[in-house]
Amino acid sequence: MTKTLLHLNGLTKTYPGVIANDDVSFNIEAGEIHALLGENGAGKSTLVKMIYGLVRPDHGTMQMEGASFVPAEPRAARAAGVAMVFQHFSLFEALSVAENIALGMENPPKASALSARITEVSQSYGLPLDPERLVGDLSAGERQRVEIIRCLLQEPKLLIMDEPTSVLTPQEVATLFTTLKKLKDEGTSILYISHKLEEIRALCETATILRGGKKVATCDPREKSARDLAEMMVGGKLNLADSKETTLGELVLEISDLSLPPQSAFGTSLKNISLRLHQGEILGIGGVAGNGQDELLACMSGEVSTTAEAIHLDGLSLGHMSPNERRALGVLAAPEERLGHAAAPDMSLTENAMLTAMTRKSLSKSGFLDWPRAKDFAEQVIKKFDVRTPGSQSAARSLSGGNLQKFVIGREVLQDPKVLIVNQPTWGVDAAAAADIRQALLDLAAKGASVIVISQDLDELMEISTSFAALNAGRLSAARPMVELSLDEIGLLLGGADAAA
Amino acid sequence: MDLSAISPTLLVASLMVAATPILLAAIGELVVEKSGVLNLGVEGMMIMGAISGFAAAVLTGSPMVGFLCAALGGAALSIIFAILTQYFLSNQVATGLALTLFGLGLSAMLGQSYVGIKPPVSAKLELPLISDIPVMGPILFSHDFTVYAALTLVAGVWWFLKYTRGGLILRAVGESHDAAHALGYKVVRVRILAIMFGGACAGLGGAALSLVRVPQWTEGMTAGSGWIALAIVVFASWKPARVLLGAYLFGGVAVLQLNLQAAGVSIPVEYLSMSPYLITIIVLVVMSANRSKLVLNAPAALGRVFHASR
Amino acid sequence: MLRLEKRPNPSKMWGYLAPVLAVIATMIGGGVMFALLGKDPFEAIRTIFYDPLFSEFAWYYRPQLLIKGAPLILIAIGLSMGFRAGIWNIGAEGQYIIGAICGAGAALAVYPFDSALIFPVMILCGAIGGFAWAMIPAILKTKFGTNEILVSLMLVYVAEQLLASMSLGLMKNPEGFGFPGSRNLQQYASAHNAELWAGSGIHLGVVFALIAVIFSYIMLARHQMGFHIRLTGESPKAAKFAGVNPNKLVIYCLGFSGALAGLAGMFEVAGPSGQISIDFNVGYGFTAIIVAFLGRLNPFGIMLAGLLMALTYIGGEIAQSSLGLPSAAIQAFQGMLLFFILALDMLTNFKIKLVNAEVRT
Repeated sequence: MTKTLLHLNGLTKTYPGVIANDDVSFNIEAGEIHALLGENGAGKSTLVKMIYGLVRPDHGTMQMEGASFVPAEPRAARAAGVAMVFQHFSLFEALSVAENIALGMENPPKASALSARITEVSQSYGLPLDPERLVGDLSAGERQRVEIIRCLLQEPKLLIMDEPTSVLTPQEVATLFTTLKKLKDEGTSILYISHKLEEIRALCETATILRGGKKVATCDPREKSARDLAEMMVGGKLNLADSKETTLGELVLEISDLSLPPQSAFGTSLKNISLRLHQGEILGIGGVAGNGQDELLACMSGEVSTTAEAIHLDGLSLGHMSPNERRALGVLAAPEERLGHAAAPDMSLTENAMLTAMTRKSLSKSGFLDWPRAKDFAEQVIKKFDVRTPGSQSAARSLSGGNLQKFVIGREVLQDPKVLIVNQPTWGVDAAAAADIRQALLDLAAKGASVIVISQDLDELMEISTSFAALNAGRLSAARPMVELSLDEIGLLLGGADAAA
Repeated sequence: MDLSAISPTLLVASLMVAATPILLAAIGELVVEKSGVLNLGVEGMMIMGAISGFAAAVLTGSPMVGFLCAALGGAALSIIFAILTQYFLSNQVATGLALTLFGLGLSAMLGQSYVGIKPPVSAKLELPLISDIPVMGPILFSHDFTVYAALTLVAGVWWFLKYTRGGLILRAVGESHDAAHALGYKVVRVRILAIMFGGACAGLGGAALSLVRVPQWTEGMTAGSGWIALAIVVFASWKPARVLLGAYLFGGVAVLQLNLQAAGVSIPVEYLSMSPYLITIIVLVVMSANRSKLVLNAPAALGRVFHASR
Repeated sequence: MLRLEKRPNPSKMWGYLAPVLAVIATMIGGGVMFALLGKDPFEAIRTIFYDPLFSEFAWYYRPQLLIKGAPLILIAIGLSMGFRAGIWNIGAEGQYIIGAICGAGAALAVYPFDSALIFPVMILCGAIGGFAWAMIPAILKTKFGTNEILVSLMLVYVAEQLLASMSLGLMKNPEGFGFPGSRNLQQYASAHNAELWAGSGIHLGVVFALIAVIFSYIMLARHQMGFHIRLTGESPKAAKFAGVNPNKLVIYCLGFSGALAGLAGMFEVAGPSGQISIDFNVGYGFTAIIVAFLGRLNPFGIMLAGLLMALTYIGGEIAQSSLGLPSAAIQAFQGMLLFFILALDMLTNFKIKLVNAEVRT
């Protein structure tokens, strides 16, 4: 029988209108990799924030190695041996690797000694890293190494990892797992948060499943099928999008040799991107965030203009056109960041409908806006896409992630696009809404539109795309039919093989 | 007109005095901006420092007490800004403007009975022997102590930001308050301390104006020095050593135009008086044109409101 | 422990209530300040807020309200457009001065020629002058990314020097016995911005202020440009996605506010003030910033706020003569008002909640 490292007993945390955690109890044993499994919004993040001292529980207790554990702040949690790798990295782009690591330590050694330690630890775990580089210049995978090494230098008893693989290529995931298993063998416990079932079955020996803030079960994931786990997680049968047979039509959109210099200090440049998109095609563009996804979308939506000849629609060059000129032609887009890019947070849904539909839905007459029509259109989106909200006068920020994303996608789909480009359409969205969004994209393509889906989620791309290309360091691989590709091949493409093609 | 009356040695010596108020205010604002806060109230805090320092020095007869009160006065005013922006989450640009408008009004009100009075003379740091060295003596070794205090402060801030843990935390907060918060740093506390430091520095700068540079009290006597200090922080791309360079450059322009006025150059006085402001604009343009470099050094969270939601 | 919690939707009620509470809080805070100055706070507050409207001399003060309010409203309407879009023109004082110099200059150039065309040309010159002065920060910002706050503010000092130079040199009244200042336009019929009805306080500037209020209301509520301005202020990235060209917006917002400030300056110099002189500008350009925020950047709110601020100017002057209240006290009072409105504005977007800070074990 192993020794219990952390005992959680009846943890409860309420926010206005939501019970984030409801009487959650389980144990984390010494030297185990313990999965915390659940959908978005199941309460995983709140739970780990309580362990890490960022949030205080309303009720319940924690015991670390038998002693009461009440971390008032992250510092106290770190002192007790808890370290955490965040889902959205808690890194400072303009600071060096060494400075970033020093910030995460209680008593960092002198700069030179710290650099030596970083080099030493990074090599012993197979995670090479240069302490003097600026974090802003690192790739997503390298940034995660910074976080992990920051944790490892404190020799933690418990390492919390929040969705660590969501930004990694399959090959990088393999490296990470080796590191984690080595840590486990050295006696470190790992609390591993994820919603990816196969991953958990490969890595963890215990899994606790949360649903709606409550613990559903603690079990051995290796003894359960992925389907069992998924049903425990979702609490019912899953509604998988049904892909229809589509035959590719004529060439619609063509991008040829599109290049773009970096748009900000740590931005990515696009290098000689070419692609061809046909009628009815769903082109999935995979790749780890930060490899040029936002830039590619901006070039297609018209937020950044390029040379006229770089983009053609039905033979018409439009690279120089503004977003609204492109919308008039039927090229629509939905960027990744819902609040603050695709939608203005403090504005109502009606106003947000006006935001992109002004041209195609003729909501403006010689500069004057037709608000009643905009309201009708917003309500149409809300109804057709089952957006849960009190009404079109609600501010965008009052909607949950899934509902707002449905609104954003619905707003574009109902404008009857010829080409729709979406970036991370289901990122941070609950499973039901994600399924609806994917279905909407499939339906759109079935009706003859062309869709480009940029996503980090390979499962999603494999589910809905007809062809696949990978974006790596601003280069796009040649697109290949999805059915021809194996997971390994996709991994290689994501890692940058075939970039020249 | 007699340009030969302008002595280069005296020019350099007096530009150091002329630059000191701006230098003090700018180095304080640099720390504030490094923590991610844009306080446009420098002008208001400076003039509050000018009057509180002046009043305290006149009342006690001690310039040192005056400087102390100037720092306190500037810091006190900055606390209003700190509370509004950090707790009430108000817009930093608007709040900074309010601070300037309020400071100008309040100082004029407090200073009514001090118009036309001479303050006690603050001690010059006349180092025996070396201050008599020709050229170098007057330039380097025979100034009021504020000149040296300002230089020490610049060096101190440079050292603090570069080599101490506190400085690292301050820069981290200014870079990304969300990440700093996630690591458990008290973003609001760090920023409030930085804002108060900036207020104290601006206050000292104001006192350097009313007790040393001018020295007397007149309404609105800062005449845009606080705004120029803000421009210098941009000019310096948030580097302490370059703040020094910028402040001395502007001190030079200010002194030179005064000297030219005195020498009776045929350019009308008004156009000479415009020159520091026009040069500020020109320098801003030159600096901003090189945008990529500026963006790299600017604190990424500058002016953004921080609210730890959950 | 008190905690702020973001409201899902901005509160309409607090949007109306916050300015009212801010005025009340300022009365209390100002009262304390006046008491510290050794004045009776109640009498001071009454003198400032009540006397100009209802005392026996109110017949004199009421028109003053419009005369002082018009430039404030005109400038604040212009500024509010930019403030909504996150474009900070704080140099309205300079644009006001240049507008006055250009407007007066047009008249003085043809003095003593009489024509009905002179006044319209002055209006045009005033607007163009303010517009051109505001184009300096606008073009520098769009071409080089220069901070418009600092440039527009620096240009105030430049404009003040230019004003001094004009009143001592080029525009000095040749028949003025050597006194600084230009000819008095009130005595030049073709250039005089006279009251439309004697004793009403309503001159053409008041009419323009009203037009500006209505124009900007329609603009913001019904027109694409107004929507794009609001969108840019809310979220610059979303605005770019919606197809807004940020540079055009900078030019538009700075140009519009500059032209209105220039108009305000021109109406002032041709009417209430009468001449270009060293102390022509009295800080309307800065007070208008307070007006814009007090009106919550809403055109009709700005109209009310402008009148209220004019009230404090007039009341302040009365208090100055009757109670010996220093003139600077009113300036501090106005600054205090801006603090309170900024602090209370938070309540439209946040709720204050009492939370239990203790951890149960």
